[in-house]
Amino acid sequence: MISLTRTFRRVLGRGPEERSAIAPRQAPRRPVLETPPIEIAPNDPLLAYFHAGSGAVSIEELQLDSPAVRAMRAAGLKLVVPLISQGELIGLLNLGPRLSDQEYSTDDRRLLEKLAAQASPAVRVAQLVREQEAEVRARERIDQELRVAQLIQQQFLPKQLPKLPGWQVAAFYRAAVEVGGDFYDFIPLPEGRIGLVIGDVSGHGVPAALVMATTRSILRGDAPRLVSPRAVLERANDFLDADIPQNMFVTCLYAVLDPETGRLVYANAGHDLPYVRTARGVVELRATGMPLGLFPGMRYEEREAVLEPGDMMLLHSDGLAEAHGRERQMFGFPRLRELVGEKVGGQSLIDVLLEKLHEFTGPEWEQEDDITLVTLARSASPGDTHVLAEFEVPSVAGNERAVMEKVAAAVSDLGLEPRRLERLKTAVSEAAMNAIEHGNKGQADLPVEVKVVVDDGRVTVRITDQGGGKDIPEPETPDIEAKIAGLQKPRGWGLFLIKNMVDEMHVTTTETHHTLELVVRIDAGPASGNGKGAS
Amino acid sequence: MEATREMARVRYRDGVAIVDLPRQIDSTAERTLNDAYAEAVGHGPGGILLNFQEVEFLSSTGIALIVGILAKARKDGRVVSSCELSDHYREIFEITRLADFMQIFPDEATAVAGR
Repeated sequence: MISLTRTFRRVLGRGPEERSAIAPRQAPRRPVLETPPIEIAPNDPLLAYFHAGSGAVSIEELQLDSPAVRAMRAAGLKLVVPLISQGELIGLLNLGPRLSDQEYSTDDRRLLEKLAAQASPAVRVAQLVREQEAEVRARERIDQELRVAQLIQQQFLPKQLPKLPGWQVAAFYRAAVEVGGDFYDFIPLPEGRIGLVIGDVSGHGVPAALVMATTRSILRGDAPRLVSPRAVLERANDFLDADIPQNMFVTCLYAVLDPETGRLVYANAGHDLPYVRTARGVVELRATGMPLGLFPGMRYEEREAVLEPGDMMLLHSDGLAEAHGRERQMFGFPRLRELVGEKVGGQSLIDVLLEKLHEFTGPEWEQEDDITLVTLARSASPGDTHVLAEFEVPSVAGNERAVMEKVAAAVSDLGLEPRRLERLKTAVSEAAMNAIEHGNKGQADLPVEVKVVVDDGRVTVRITDQGGGKDIPEPETPDIEAKIAGLQKPRGWGLFLIKNMVDEMHVTTTETHHTLELVVRIDAGPASGNGKGAS
Repeated sequence: MEATREMARVRYRDGVAIVDLPRQIDSTAERTLNDAYAEAVGHGPGGILLNFQEVEFLSSTGIALIVGILAKARKDGRVVSSCELSDHYREIFEITRLADFMQIFPDEATAVAGR
């Protein structure tokens, strides 16, 4: 309501001069009345009065205890004509004194009421169009901002997972509709150690994404030199405190892992506590510290833990535990902790968590916040890694079947469930065919290298070609409708098929090679692999 | 028999053209599959049934060939269905959604009776 008169004036494009033209034609002899916008509170009795069908109202004579009427009198208004469209007050014609100083006559009022009745629908239409346009513009602006935020976010999340012998690393990130400021990172450190980062910037959209990018750069810059998680967070805090807006902050856990020994040193700036599944149950890694960027000179507690063979750590952001279900109840940390306790490996844990979240929220759920999950699992016994087969085949069409048969023979003693074996065979032959046709371009002298290893209840098949340089595209779901309608070529099923046949698929591209790594769990039942583990 | 197992073969049963697929459906099968389709279409207006009984190996290129046949059949106004798929290939038909675009029968008799 507040903007009714303003809107009305804008819509009609009328200045006070034009308004006064309603009065008898005379050259203006005195300064034209400029009425400031009159604000009418929603509970002002004047509104009810207008709605009751008042018609043109003489403001000076009106007996009504109304702040708006007082304001109108103060502004020098004499006559106010409500514009009503479909029972709704959409604006006012505000008139000052007639230039002749005479009172408004009955005829004047009738004319004005007629004018108001005819103008109202047109004004309403104009208002709606205007609102619509403003809404479209606002939506476009928001969309554009979200795209920028997403772009920044994607740019700064790791493109690849680190390869740590004896460890399985998996990660998952999914932005909320309003992109939040989640991030994670793996920072290579001296002496084979690795820095693990997970964090969450307060707020959403471009500001959060920018602060996320800044934080990441600060951490990346300091981590290799300082190494100590406490020192790294303290420095990051001082930098951020000086650089970011007052109402923003960053929660962040920073840990340094020595993959050789499993020793983990960590400090925490107010981020959700990581869970570690150990032989003795699930434990939280606690270390105290304020979020980054709130106060200068903060100190952070530094603590240590050892991830034993068979242990698994989950780093997570609050997007999962604080997701709301259909009755507004929270997914909750206890539930998350319980799920971590289930005896499933890293990528499988992520799959399980996402499944449970989906069950919890239902399909209609609009994700409220970014969800980030990172798992590090230490193989039960690093010495358990067995190479089952290692061989090469020349890049000749048809050799994909030879690779498939050899891999099948190599894993024959593992007791893979028959349907899982069939899937692995299909994935292997497809990967080998890709290597022959695309990576090695069918040049017979270029070998396709195959290695089959088993560790920690998983078979891993690595298929390497001599291509490289150019990334293998992300597998997409082919558009079968378009293909059958003849709008697209029928081909393009290979990667999609591979991804759906195995529990995990990882692609590594170097200057000279592509490696496709296919992972299948040995102990799992016939349920389909769903390829959520692409990295 | 070895030679025929590399080639698709067309038979007719109760007005249905049955294509016995070769045991390997990959790039090597492109020609024989297209020939078999042309033959089946040329024979009469009935449905076309792809029989997977002997199929041992189906690659992504093979999937593309089947998608190609479905595309042609749509243009020609013909109905294509499948039978005798192994569990594994049936799953692949579901994952690729081929199963949404042609009826899949457990065996030939059911398929022929089913129209």
